[in-house]
Amino acid sequence: MADAKIVLDGLSKAFAGRAVLDRMSLTVEKGESLAIIGQSGSGKSVTLKCILGLIQPDAGSILIDGEETVGATGARLERIRAKFGMLFQGSALFDSMPIWRNVTFALTQGQRIEGARMRKVAEENLERVGLDARVLDLRPSELSGGMQKRVALARAIAPRPEIIFFDEPTTGLDPIRADVINDLIVSLVDDLGVTALTITHDMASARKIAHRVAMLYQGRIIWCGPRDRLYDTGNPYVDQFVQGRADGPIS
Amino acid sequence: MIAVFPKALILAFTMIGRGVLGTLAGIGRVAGFAGRIITRGLTPPYYPARFAEQIAHIGWFSLPVVGLTAIFTGAALAQQIYTAGSRFSAQSTVPAVVVIGIVRELGPVLVGLMVAGRVSSAMAAEIGTMRVTEQLDALATLRTDAYRYLMAPRLFAAIVSLPLMVLVANAIGIFGGWLLAVQKLGFNSANYLNVTRRFVSWDDFQMALVKAAVFGFFIALMGCYHGYRAVGGAAGVGNATRTAVVSAFMLILGSNFLITAMVFG
Repeated sequence: MADAKIVLDGLSKAFAGRAVLDRMSLTVEKGESLAIIGQSGSGKSVTLKCILGLIQPDAGSILIDGEETVGATGARLERIRAKFGMLFQGSALFDSMPIWRNVTFALTQGQRIEGARMRKVAEENLERVGLDARVLDLRPSELSGGMQKRVALARAIAPRPEIIFFDEPTTGLDPIRADVINDLIVSLVDDLGVTALTITHDMASARKIAHRVAMLYQGRIIWCGPRDRLYDTGNPYVDQFVQGRADGPIS
Repeated sequence: MIAVFPKALILAFTMIGRGVLGTLAGIGRVAGFAGRIITRGLTPPYYPARFAEQIAHIGWFSLPVVGLTAIFTGAALAQQIYTAGSRFSAQSTVPAVVVIGIVRELGPVLVGLMVAGRVSSAMAAEIGTMRVTEQLDALATLRTDAYRYLMAPRLFAAIVSLPLMVLVANAIGIFGGWLLAVQKLGFNSANYLNVTRRFVSWDDFQMALVKAAVFGFFIALMGCYHGYRAVGGAAGVGNATRTAVVSAFMLILGSNFLITAMVFG
């Protein structure tokens, strides 16, 4: 616990009377890459949004570096959010602005300042994700899905966050592009020494990018262990999910 | 019958009460949203470049449609007044009625409606798309307040732009009336302009500008509010866009009546 970066304790959240998170608890160590797997609607995205303060949990505690974040607002919430970078499932790039402004948005907070320096910063970060300066002035809609993911990745790492969240990083990509993104995530997490939390349905991705994997089912973590044990958990729910079988305890 | 009647009455009261409470809750939500935009927009960080961009979007790029609307309306108004006035030999009232009609009512209302159609819908569609594609969540994670960055520049730009556009529309509308009266109806140009000058007062312009600022506020507020609350993909964005335009129209027409009634009532 001494090196815990993120501690979720008894986290609960319900929408219209339906419990999405039910006293969920999970710890992510500093420098660790953890993947949360689970069915659609199992509360994976809600977990990330609760940690980021985009959704307020109904009950429970969220500690970031030992600091309680539930109920944080204003400058305190801003300070906590400064520790995070996030790669959204659909990239969530701002389509009204060119790529270089997207990448440097966290550094400028949308102000049009230091244009030349910001272009340089954008170029460096794009280079890290395998894109060159030719995309700087393009709009997100002019890029393929895989390139948009890379730009979103560059945007997430540009402010050098301590923690990066990856929300379904390989969804919508072909297996080769998905593997490229996985490799990028692994190298970025290793190079930058960040703590990473990924939510995914993609078992190949989970095994490649995570040190540990946790399975969320009916609002609770039902199994958490090293990635090498993912296909040998002894948990019938996890076995059914990772093997993608229709028959089993998960209906 | 005695036992059934109170039940039906209770049901009716329940439905009315639910409707009233729902409406009040909606008004409260919109008021809270407007309050957040204003209070956050008045505190740093400010976004002057975004404000200027919105002035261009809302004001400058709306000028062609506003100008065309104003010139046709001014000319049509002059023709209508001339035709109606000729029934009791009051054709000479054309310049006075045109200028009062345009400045006090038609200028602000038509500009408000045209801009609402063009701008409220665009705002709701843009912000709604940002909501359903998680761009608003991305803004928050990038430590940028959507109220300051997206809403406040739009709201303040609309409040500033609309009065300026109404001034332009009034001038063009009066010009439209003058053009038709002089070219088609045989009015003397100098006399027409003299009567126009005599019948228009600074108070009329003040009321037009106040109305325009109020309309600008409602146009941007409805666009931002319904866009921000959009849910459910493309259908949700379409719904938000339609609701934004309809509610902006209603608020413009309602507030126009209230302001007119307060000033002349």
